[in-house]
Amino acid sequence: MSQSTEAAALSSLSVPFRPGGVADGSASLAMSEDIARATQPQIENSVLEARDFCLWYGEKQALKNISMEVPEKQITAFIGPSGCGKSTLLRSINRLNDLVPSVRVDGDILFEGESVFGAEVDTNLLRKRVGMVFQKSNPFPKSIYENVAYGCRIQGISHRTELDEIVERSLRSSALWDEVKDRLDDVATGLSGGQQQRLCIARAIAVEPEVILFDEPCSALDPIATAKIEELMKELRHQYTQVIVTHNMQQASRISDFTAFLYLGELIEYGPTKSVFINPIRQQTEDYITGRFG
Amino acid sequence: MNSQPISPQAPSPTGPAQLGVDAVRARLRKRNAAARRFRLLCQAAVACSLGFLFLLLATLCLRGYQGFFQTLIEVDIFFDPQVLDPDGSGDAEVLASANYGSLIRSSLQEILPDTEGRRARRALGELVSLGAAYELQNRVAADPALVGTTQALSLVASDEVDLLIKGELSREVEESERRLSDLQIAWVDALDAQGRVRTRLSRYFFTSGDSREPEMAGVWGAVVGSAYTMLITLLLSFPLGVATAVYLEEFAGKNRWTDLIEININNLAAVPSIVYGLLGLALFLNVFGLPRSAPLVGGLVLTLMTLPIIIIASRAALRAVPPSIREAAYGLGASPMQALVHHILPLALPGMLTGTIIGMARALGETAPLLMIGMVAFIVDVPQGPLDPATVLPVQVYLWADSPERAFEAKTSAAILVLLTFLILMNTLAVALRKKAERRW
Repeated sequence: MSQSTEAAALSSLSVPFRPGGVADGSASLAMSEDIARATQPQIENSVLEARDFCLWYGEKQALKNISMEVPEKQITAFIGPSGCGKSTLLRSINRLNDLVPSVRVDGDILFEGESVFGAEVDTNLLRKRVGMVFQKSNPFPKSIYENVAYGCRIQGISHRTELDEIVERSLRSSALWDEVKDRLDDVATGLSGGQQQRLCIARAIAVEPEVILFDEPCSALDPIATAKIEELMKELRHQYTQVIVTHNMQQASRISDFTAFLYLGELIEYGPTKSVFINPIRQQTEDYITGRFG
Repeated sequence: MNSQPISPQAPSPTGPAQLGVDAVRARLRKRNAAARRFRLLCQAAVACSLGFLFLLLATLCLRGYQGFFQTLIEVDIFFDPQVLDPDGSGDAEVLASANYGSLIRSSLQEILPDTEGRRARRALGELVSLGAAYELQNRVAADPALVGTTQALSLVASDEVDLLIKGELSREVEESERRLSDLQIAWVDALDAQGRVRTRLSRYFFTSGDSREPEMAGVWGAVVGSAYTMLITLLLSFPLGVATAVYLEEFAGKNRWTDLIEININNLAAVPSIVYGLLGLALFLNVFGLPRSAPLVGGLVLTLMTLPIIIIASRAALRAVPPSIREAAYGLGASPMQALVHHILPLALPGMLTGTIIGMARALGETAPLLMIGMVAFIVDVPQGPLDPATVLPVQVYLWADSPERAFEAKTSAAILVLLTFLILMNTLAVALRKKAERRW
């Protein structure tokens, strides 16, 4: 609810720019070229692609004609004010929005060239390939070991030595191994907030996904824990395609290679992080980045 | 809300008198006093309910503890071959049909004064329970070699003697108003003086079924009947209830049908229990032809009654599982069933168990629906299986409370204590199970 009220409050702000909303022919043509320039950067090896993707929660449209490509083995950040649809877009990639009953989609999202909404797509396999780390760290109320091993267990791996290896490798990659190696059988919920979040990352990478989605992974963490997660994301950059939703623009500028700015369900600007932050094409992006609204 | 923007400046110390420190402090005293009064009120409520509980338990214990004991009379019985087996045939049937009461009367005659004549002999026989003769008969049946010997035995006293010894029977009442004559009281006193009267924990109360003789009546038949009934209720209602809750919470969409089902389940939880008894009578007895008075049918009826409670509690428990856990499982590629079995059910289990135990505790104390299906019958034998006629503890309490013999008063309270013991045991078990399930996480 708070999201929608925030969005309503934002829409009442006097923002002069309205993409595609101008009736005049020549102006709209110039405008659409402008949009294309702002939202379609050169991307090699795209892994994910949204095509005119729209999403509704009941009557309310949360995403409007999103078209973008996400590059392989890079970090892509989604930024924008609350309620702009960035988390919704992220959750559409691994179809976690299916859990919300009233969701309706139009357009398409492609993962390695295949629609994630296709009838033959198995969401279980999709979510194994597209891992996710949530805003609030949500380890299972089980042991640290079981948390990391769980993803492999549901895939049918139950051999102890194999699991031991996977657990150690995952915990090492998430820079948690040294902190927890002596207490793998302790309950995971006893870890600190930052450790829990790194455990969730370890849990996600244990099943060897191709893409990891981060939904505001640091919003509940202190600066030191945040720095550790960012460090970790940078280290994982060359192994996984990472997409991060963040409220923190400094974070986006620090760690991401590409940045997408969403506002009220629309993709306003998308491009290499440097150019988006230093030299934004659209006025709205500049206003947001400089802190004039949002 | 205040329409004017709040000034960011600190309020001046000379601001409105209403908000001055002294004015606030004065009101603070009143506010604190109100808080104290409220707290006191709540404590009084707790004390009140605890007081009533204590009163109930104290009354039950005071009245009921005598019910656990029974008076025995020690006598030397001569198994007279002249009475038992005049022809010396040794035939089991002859021994079984012999007059054992006569043996008891003869033994008492030897140790008590003023026992001449038929009337006195009959009055003597009233001192011991009718069950005592059966006990002698059983002894002889088990060991025919007893015939011709003399044995020192403890015989169960009759309920009136029992009451007299326990001091429940007033001696001041007119002779015609009491069940024991002056002569009989004199005999009991004489036996007591000879040290032949003892009060012991009652064997019959804990090991036998119902009886018309209070001193022979026991709760074991009802306990076994209750156990069979509860077992069937648990075996049927827990899986059915949990499966229904899981389906409604996890798989069913939200549409008119599920709404209808939900409303009906909530309504069923409020249906008076006797209605379930009528349903059981019409359906299980008349249509399916299941045996009357059987724990199986009782269990089925109580299952119907318990199901809504379990379903509602289980649904609430499932809803209480944080959605983040669900998302975490799905996010790793778990199938809906894996997420359910590995994470959601274990987390919801404590709540489900609580609901089940509450439902079972209610079922254990239920009388009305069982009256309808014939579990109110007078049943002497301890049931051997769920198809045998049986009664249950609360119905046994009801039956005894309805009996005219005064000695059943104590038995009723004692049976209530047994019932309460089982309820407390069940609740303790529930708490322990819940603690265990919670600690695992």
